[in-house]
Amino acid sequence: MVLEFRDEGIFCPAGGFHIDPWRPVDRALVTHGHADHAYPGHRRYLTSAAAAPVMRHRLGDITIETMEFGETRDINGVTVSFHPAGHVPGSAQVRVEHKGEVWVASGDYKTTPDGLSETFAPVRCHAFITECTFGLPVFDWKPEAVLAAEINAWWQANAAEGRVSAIGAYSLGKAQRLLTMVDSGLGPILTHAAVENTNDVLRGQGLTLPETVRVTPETDPKMHPGALLIAPPSALDGRWARRFGPMSSAFASGWMALRGVRRRRATERGFVVSDHADWKGLNAAIAETGATRIFATHGYTATFRQWLESQGYDAQIVQTEFGDELVDDEDAA
Amino acid sequence: MKRFATLFTALDQTTKTTVKTAALTAYFEDAPDRDKLWTIALLSGRRPKRTVNASRLSEWAAELAGLPMWLFKASYDVVGDLAETIHLVLPDPAQTADRSLSDWIDMIRGLSAEEEPARKAAILQAWDQLAGTERFVFNKLITGGFRVGVSQKLMTRALSRATDIEEAELAHRLMGDWAPGTTTFAGLITAPDPEAALSRPYPFCLAYGVEGDPSDLGPPEDWLAEWKWDGIRGQLILRGGQHFLWSRGEELMTDRFPEFARARDFLPDGTVLDGEVLVWDAEAQRPRNFNALQARIGRKTVPKKLLAEAPVILRAYDLLEEDGEDLRALPFADRRARLEKMLDGIAPQAPVALSPVVDFADWSDLAPIRADARAAAAEGLMLKRAASPYHVGRKKGDWWKWKLDPLSIDAVMIYAQAGHGRRANLYTDFTFAVWKGNELVPFTKAYSGLTDAEFNKITYWVRRNTLERFGPVRRVPPEHVFEIGFEGIQKSTRHKSGVALRFPRMLRWRPDKPVQEANTHDDLLAMLDQYG
Ligand SMILES: [Zn+2]
Ligand SMILES: [Zn+2]
Repeated sequence: MVLEFRDEGIFCPAGGFHIDPWRPVDRALVTHGHADHAYPGHRRYLTSAAAAPVMRHRLGDITIETMEFGETRDINGVTVSFHPAGHVPGSAQVRVEHKGEVWVASGDYKTTPDGLSETFAPVRCHAFITECTFGLPVFDWKPEAVLAAEINAWWQANAAEGRVSAIGAYSLGKAQRLLTMVDSGLGPILTHAAVENTNDVLRGQGLTLPETVRVTPETDPKMHPGALLIAPPSALDGRWARRFGPMSSAFASGWMALRGVRRRRATERGFVVSDHADWKGLNAAIAETGATRIFATHGYTATFRQWLESQGYDAQIVQTEFGDELVDDEDAA
Repeated sequence: MKRFATLFTALDQTTKTTVKTAALTAYFEDAPDRDKLWTIALLSGRRPKRTVNASRLSEWAAELAGLPMWLFKASYDVVGDLAETIHLVLPDPAQTADRSLSDWIDMIRGLSAEEEPARKAAILQAWDQLAGTERFVFNKLITGGFRVGVSQKLMTRALSRATDIEEAELAHRLMGDWAPGTTTFAGLITAPDPEAALSRPYPFCLAYGVEGDPSDLGPPEDWLAEWKWDGIRGQLILRGGQHFLWSRGEELMTDRFPEFARARDFLPDGTVLDGEVLVWDAEAQRPRNFNALQARIGRKTVPKKLLAEAPVILRAYDLLEEDGEDLRALPFADRRARLEKMLDGIAPQAPVALSPVVDFADWSDLAPIRADARAAAAEGLMLKRAASPYHVGRKKGDWWKWKLDPLSIDAVMIYAQAGHGRRANLYTDFTFAVWKGNELVPFTKAYSGLTDAEFNKITYWVRRNTLERFGPVRRVPPEHVFEIGFEGIQKSTRHKSGVALRFPRMLRWRPDKPVQEANTHDDLLAMLDQYG
């Protein structure tokens, strides 16, 4: 096996390194900065160049080396490279080749372009470790433009009625994705500090985001009528949000496709915006790898494996500690 | 259908009653009469009958979506709703259609007369013509599961605003066994037919649970106390030489409980009583427990044997109509006095008896009486303000229920299963066990009572501590203790533990409690002895 599944994470015995391990190891290749993939405490980190700034921002003083997408490196006779996963800016799939056998660990991925993350690039391989957060045929994402129109219409209607529009979104990825979707001509965009800190990091590495106003204790909501507010979901539920007066709240997540989950959030609106591949995306991505062995992790693994087997793949389930996607927010950790 | 789908979306995506009322009022102001009538019907639970069975629908949807049946079922398991699952897996429609809500409902109702191939063709065509929420709503209608978070009260308020008819009057007109197929909007709402009023029940007055201490309610002399029975709330109507028995859910139960035909022999015409239907133990002069009633509830027609074994009576506690006169505006104490007079000396073989008041001078007298409710075969007390009218629906302030605390036991969680629908992505359905020596014996399942935050936390733990999987069920290590509350306990041969609980739910997660200190099987059996 080029890659093995161990208690501490995915391990490459020949190369002596781990991929997204959840316990401290010597050398960790990390796909992206979400907390369920980028754990603290490893001795050395290796990431895509575009993922590194956020990783430093979140994990502090770590020893980190980077590689450009597509660049290869030899680690103890094993060739490794990073390839865009389209999940969040900088997110990577990890390609690992040993003695001609190629494995790819997908991390989290999304196959449709969003104008922000580097577009997902399929990588040919023999074995593919795939997430399947939304691995059921009920998940079928609408085109980006349709979603953007829904969000903008909602914002516009609220602004006309003198209400703030508040969207709960995870601070890395979802928040910036929303920023690129909305029509910034509709009004001012206010951001929670957690979101704005990540914005700063991403702007610092050259990403273009619309103008935003960081909410501080001094911010006077009255100065920003008809604003759009982007904040982590937890902040919208709490005291922090009260100063904005009457507002319409929304939540952006792939889970919003399910009416039941949408109703549980008790927000006014649920926008089906996900950083993960939908059913068609997962199937297309797997087919494009040309892999015959598939390892499913992160989601509806049992069902997804059975489906892959019925499609002629040699499919297995692997237990990882990725993805608290089952726990409410798409990237809760 | 567009207008109705828009209304549905507006109602479904907000929790604010003001927004809901406004959306409904606007709809009632400009929708065509037939659509309004059907909307009232749907929102008051009068759904069209299911004309196509669920497994056919599933098969057709799976076929159209190109999915194997097992995968469709696995998806349904997660979504928790057939109409929604079908809606989500179907390909986008290729055609359009502009038909009204009542038009589509006529089409659905017409399907019952069709052969299966024609039904299938009609359904597939509809799926290919309806987009977005319209298709979801259509599926809800064909699966007979249409439901939206609007109370009858809220709907009545909106209708009242749109028609300028008083709310209480509308609430009354909407009661009873009218059907949208046999009446019109005018016949029901604007110019009601007096003939239809014969069987029509009054809207039930409903109580809230006591919060805090009942002494906060004010001087005890302003209040009357009664036992709160554990039966079926019922309204018995004697009018025009006929009798009707209605449940609180506005279900006509007359045929289910033939005992009440004899009420006409003992009570005058023009009488409406509110009370509790109970299985009566004539020898012990007390109601039997709810399990006995359960046997009757399930039967549409009652075999003689069961009728003899589990006879029911109505224990009446309110008089709503006397000599055909509506008494609801009178103070409760007056209605009660009239009721007592009417039932005074009624023959013991009559299917109606007076539900007694419970005397008390001071609030402090009442707590020990309530604590003894189980001995009186009651589940607590009702407190009613002597001066209060008989309200329409639930209104805070005049009627309170003061129930006994549930029975409870500390149990260990041993299996977890993901929830459906609202909680599709959380582990919420747990199996609980108690100790029998060193063994854990499962005895109940429970899926409610915790906050979403707690379910989140447990889900996180379950995902990391799964020992074994059996389909959707995961076996987990016995590490967490929960306090399980329930309303009753009975013997069961179907369960390994030998008991079955009524309304089990989680009262509390007890992370403070070591697993070894959970209750034992002997504790359960002792409860069965005492309360079974
Ligand atoms: Zn992620
Ligand atoms: Zn993840």
